[in-house]
Amino acid sequence: MSSPEVGNQDLCLSLYRMMVRIRLFEEQVGKLAAAGQVPGLTHLSTGQEAVAAGVCAVLRPQDYLFSGHRAHGHTLAKGSPVTAVLAEILGRETGLCRGRGGSMHLVDAARGMLGATGVVGGNIPLALGAAWAAQVRGEDRLAVVFFGDGASGNGVFHESLNLASLWRLPVLFVCENNGVAEFTQREEHSRVAFTSEFAKPYDIPVRVVDGNDVLAVYTAAQALVHWVRQAGGPAYLECQTYRLSGHYVGDAQAYRDKAELAAWRERDPLLRLQRQLLAQGVPAAELTAQAEAERQALAQALELARTAPPPAAAEASAYVYSCARETPTCP
Amino acid sequence: METSYTEALRRALDEELARDPAVVILGEDVAAGGAFGVTRGLAERYGVERVRNTPISEAAITGLAVGAAVAGLRPVLEVMFIDFITLAMDNLVNQAAKYRYMSGGQLSVPLVVRTQAGAAGGAAAQHSQSLEAWLMHVPGLLVVTPSSPCEAYGLLKAAIRQDDPVVFIEHKRLYSKREDLPASEWVAPLGQARVVRAGVDATVVTYGGMTPLVVDAAARAAAEAGIDAEVIDLRSLVPLDVDTVVQSLQRTHRLLVVHEAVQNGGVGAEVAARVAEVAFDELDAPILRVGAAFTPIPFAPELERAVLPDEQRIVSALLRLVKEA
Ligand SMILES: Cc1ncc(C[n+]2csc(CCOP(=O)(O)OP(=O)(O)O)c2C)c(N)n1
Repeated sequence: MSSPEVGNQDLCLSLYRMMVRIRLFEEQVGKLAAAGQVPGLTHLSTGQEAVAAGVCAVLRPQDYLFSGHRAHGHTLAKGSPVTAVLAEILGRETGLCRGRGGSMHLVDAARGMLGATGVVGGNIPLALGAAWAAQVRGEDRLAVVFFGDGASGNGVFHESLNLASLWRLPVLFVCENNGVAEFTQREEHSRVAFTSEFAKPYDIPVRVVDGNDVLAVYTAAQALVHWVRQAGGPAYLECQTYRLSGHYVGDAQAYRDKAELAAWRERDPLLRLQRQLLAQGVPAAELTAQAEAERQALAQALELARTAPPPAAAEASAYVYSCARETPTCP
Repeated sequence: METSYTEALRRALDEELARDPAVVILGEDVAAGGAFGVTRGLAERYGVERVRNTPISEAAITGLAVGAAVAGLRPVLEVMFIDFITLAMDNLVNQAAKYRYMSGGQLSVPLVVRTQAGAAGGAAAQHSQSLEAWLMHVPGLLVVTPSSPCEAYGLLKAAIRQDDPVVFIEHKRLYSKREDLPASEWVAPLGQARVVRAGVDATVVTYGGMTPLVVDAAARAAAEAGIDAEVIDLRSLVPLDVDTVVQSLQRTHRLLVVHEAVQNGGVGAEVAARVAEVAFDELDAPILRVGAAFTPIPFAPELERAVLPDEQRIVSALLRLVKEA
């Protein structure tokens, strides 16, 4: 039992529900992608759901969120409806972004999900900007950005740590350190094993947690978010985790150590939470019922998304420019 | 009262800061006035929170400005030299330009990136470039190139009020140019080219820092060779006002495009192609271009002069266009 929150059964159940939602959703997306029904590149976060669920459970609806190429879980955890996310990934007009963004570029502005980006590290300064906007307006609001350990190789990551610290920006950096970037292990990317080491010289408070323990993630995120809100400066959460899926759907995973994979399967965050809940006395039937409800919701969402129309070809160039009133001539 | 290009830009910033609390300025040294003095005095008036110095981190500050714009501010970011925009390209090209599109219209990026281009005084190859064609190539960006103090004033106000990301390219040779500004507030029409000099024998299309030079060259061609050239200042490259150029061609039937950037893959190529597509029959002569040699901008003044377009080359091109073709 890893944290004081473990006694809060409602919280534990809602975390469980969200992790099940993400797991089932991505299993479905994986199947669709393998069957050639998903355009483009699809990155699943299977095995990392505890980070998305644990961090987002601490946030308020008005808090800003940014993510990267592996963003399905973060987007769902921030509250986006399964149907709209799935429809977007399938490239439908009813998707979050009307089929213009897809899996790597999910945006749900109404829920504070201001953007995922396919450029590794590109999301980090964007989060600083949203945090700055909140700071300038004097709003009690923070920005959270999710990224992988690979992003710490990018210069803009280091520039952003300095800037966030210097300007005391209300940002929570969340690194999902899964020990690998595409097909190459952390040791080949850097001599620095923990990316949070880079934050320390900038005087940014850091926590490193077991990212496969959702309650540990939740507790650490809660403490750091509280600190960000109170102190009005940045904080850094590093979650040690493991990607059970390939880098993308279809990845042959020749780089994968089979024994390592088997060991991490034992530490599957969803199974761990399940065991904890059962040990707490939550009836197995309750967990099954929750999962079944998610399964049904997903089936309905799939039906809706599948039958939704694709965007009209005639509208391919809509949304490039806003053509504000002040502009008499549109480009 | 005569106002310099620098002061005109400052007046635009001042008025927009006063008008809209969402407008903020950021960049290296901006609270101290910036490298060219454009923001001088604004931090004193509006505070260092709204006129904010940044570290020398072009990638992060551009990304930060994009994120701030998405979250509702209207940032005006100063990138000291356009040469350094290379460091900000991911944020401009992959993030700013595509935000509105990739979000299906949910979010827009009301950002102005003020930067400064062109060769003068031996600034050499890394502080002298004209890179507007790169930016013009990216759907989602607007590219504005003010050619005079009035234009700088009116176009910067228009750019700040625009909901899409604008790269606003000032020219270093223009900062000291002076002219009378309108006494009352004026917002220039973005996307409408401007006929700077009326004429009937040839149309010369230009923009930004080349505009005063082209006007001088046209006057000389008139005096020395009796060529009456019409000069059009494009004002912005995106939107590109091809209609105004074509209307002029219907009178002159001859086209010369002049810019300081190298000719290869430049704005002149785009203007020539667009005109040829819609008004080929109006042309009585091949379209000509004058641009810099396909060379990095040299350091030695003699070499710098040798590669840049000058009055003589423009006059010669006009002679070829009107007398020989
Ligand atoms: C700037 C950039 N370089 C390279 C890539 C290709 N790429 C996509 S994901 C990835 C690995 C990223 O690793 P990490 O940040 O650790 O995230 P993870 O995939 O492990 O979630 C790479 C190299 C990219 N998208 N962007």
